[in-house]
Amino acid sequence: MLEVKNISKTFNAGTVNEKQALKGLSLTLNDGDFVTVIGGNGAGKSTLLNAIAGTWKVDEGNIVIDGVDVTKYPEHKRAAFLGRVFQDPMNGTAATMGIEENLALALRRGDKRTLKKGIVSGERRLYRDMLAKLGLGLENRLTSKVGLLSGGQRQALTLLMATLKKPKLLLLDEHTAALDPKTAAKVLETTENIVNQDHLTTLMITHNMKDAIHIGNRLIMMNNGQIIYDVAGEEKKNLKVEDLLRKFAQASGEEFANDRMLLAN
Amino acid sequence: MEIISLINALPGAAAQGLIWGIMAIGVYITYRILDIADLTVDGSMCTGGAVCIMMMLSGYRVWVSMAAALAAGMIAGLVTGLFHTFMGIPAILSGILTQLGLWSVNLKIMGKANQAINVDKFPLLVSLRFIKNVPFFKNTILIVAAITVVLIGILYWFFGTELGCSLRATGCNDKMARAQGINTDLGRVLGLMLSNGLVAFAGALLTQYQGFADINMGRGAIVIGLAAVIIGEAVFGKIFKNFGFKLLAVSFGSIIYYLVLQVVIWRGIDTDLLKLLSALVVAVFLAIPVWQERYFKGAAKKWPAGAKNGGQGNGGKS
Repeated sequence: MLEVKNISKTFNAGTVNEKQALKGLSLTLNDGDFVTVIGGNGAGKSTLLNAIAGTWKVDEGNIVIDGVDVTKYPEHKRAAFLGRVFQDPMNGTAATMGIEENLALALRRGDKRTLKKGIVSGERRLYRDMLAKLGLGLENRLTSKVGLLSGGQRQALTLLMATLKKPKLLLLDEHTAALDPKTAAKVLETTENIVNQDHLTTLMITHNMKDAIHIGNRLIMMNNGQIIYDVAGEEKKNLKVEDLLRKFAQASGEEFANDRMLLAN
Repeated sequence: MEIISLINALPGAAAQGLIWGIMAIGVYITYRILDIADLTVDGSMCTGGAVCIMMMLSGYRVWVSMAAALAAGMIAGLVTGLFHTFMGIPAILSGILTQLGLWSVNLKIMGKANQAINVDKFPLLVSLRFIKNVPFFKNTILIVAAITVVLIGILYWFFGTELGCSLRATGCNDKMARAQGINTDLGRVLGLMLSNGLVAFAGALLTQYQGFADINMGRGAIVIGLAAVIIGEAVFGKIFKNFGFKLLAVSFGSIIYYLVLQVVIWRGIDTDLLKLLSALVVAVFLAIPVWQERYFKGAAKKWPAGAKNGGQGNGGKS
């Protein structure tokens, strides 16, 4: 479903701030893989997701989604293949537009925007059903402005928008990190439900090692722009947080010095 | 200081306000919907007037001339849009560059710094002579009001389409827009074209109204446009929630601006100071939402609702 071949990206090349964020990274995801991504700050997790999403072009390497080489595609064109949820709940929705208008934009992802009506009345039933499944009471607030919603509601809505039109690949960039623990758990549960139900191939960055172990069928650990550990199936299920910490120390030669990760245990 | 002279001047002021209201709706599209302060309008206003007057002087029909003015304005918007997207120049600078270039273009279109058109010899659609003592269907105020309503209708329809919605999303949150597969560059270019088309169309009306086009006629247009947008929101923000009515509020804002201006002139203020006054008034109104946030949180109700709503509407994207 996804093939990332030997990609590299350097930011601020030739300046004192030069940072090689991805170093010849390769990754292949099979259809239906749910992969959790962990790693310290600056490991290149978000950079990897942004490279796939096309926020900028990679310096080297190729990205193939569902057999299509999208390396040269601009961001909006790649969106046809992708569903994305960002860390900041403000980023995924248009605050001044209504809930149904946001959903209507998402339903047309990958389609040409024409002079047809932006929402046709038949869609509203679909939106109401989908929103009802979230269990946040949004199904009766279709015309409310998204700016009035809480962070958790906005994130759940963004998740719905990312999957309303089934994406080839779902990219979740620490999408529960900015939420309070209870809301985060709820959004995570919704995520699992949607991914399992639609059989979505998913790449999820998380800072919570327990989540990383319990969710999905595969786990990758990144450090310094590379994948240093890749585990799947039974072996992944039996992992413990201590194992991950040890692996990290082994592979990188450093302690896993990230307070946020340790606290999250 | 005769009150009667003021009353006599008010219909003219209202007509001018209506014409500038169309221009201000163009500013609303860039400033409020796309979140770009587009300075192209200072040049494209005159471009519209210049194209319209030269075509009419060479014998084209008034509607053809006005359509050509609209098209010329859209080209100006296209240029700014390409500067901004294709060439990656910041939006405000792109507008300034186009505006500067248009100065020469406008001079070349007119051949000199100004051109006059005689209302008795050409079939003008609107004129300051058609305010009083004309049959109602020739009345300039009525005609411009009808045009405004039609334009608002078209814009209301457009911003409800898939394409229009994608433009609104682009202005509100371009990161989200791209993630949903919207070509944000295309949206910005289209929005700038639409906006400047309207501005040039207003320029064509203004030229006919005053009977001449002048190279300076668009100077400070962006400030008048912003003033109309802000006044409209401040006065009608609480009652007009629907998008169509919000555009209508901009038009009303422009009329209020010109009526107040007329009163100020009638009070005998030095007209040289008018632009300074306009600039200061707009500056203060732009500051209100910021001050509200910074110094008056909790006491927000004291301020005009529209200014506050407007600020939120804009700030929502950040």
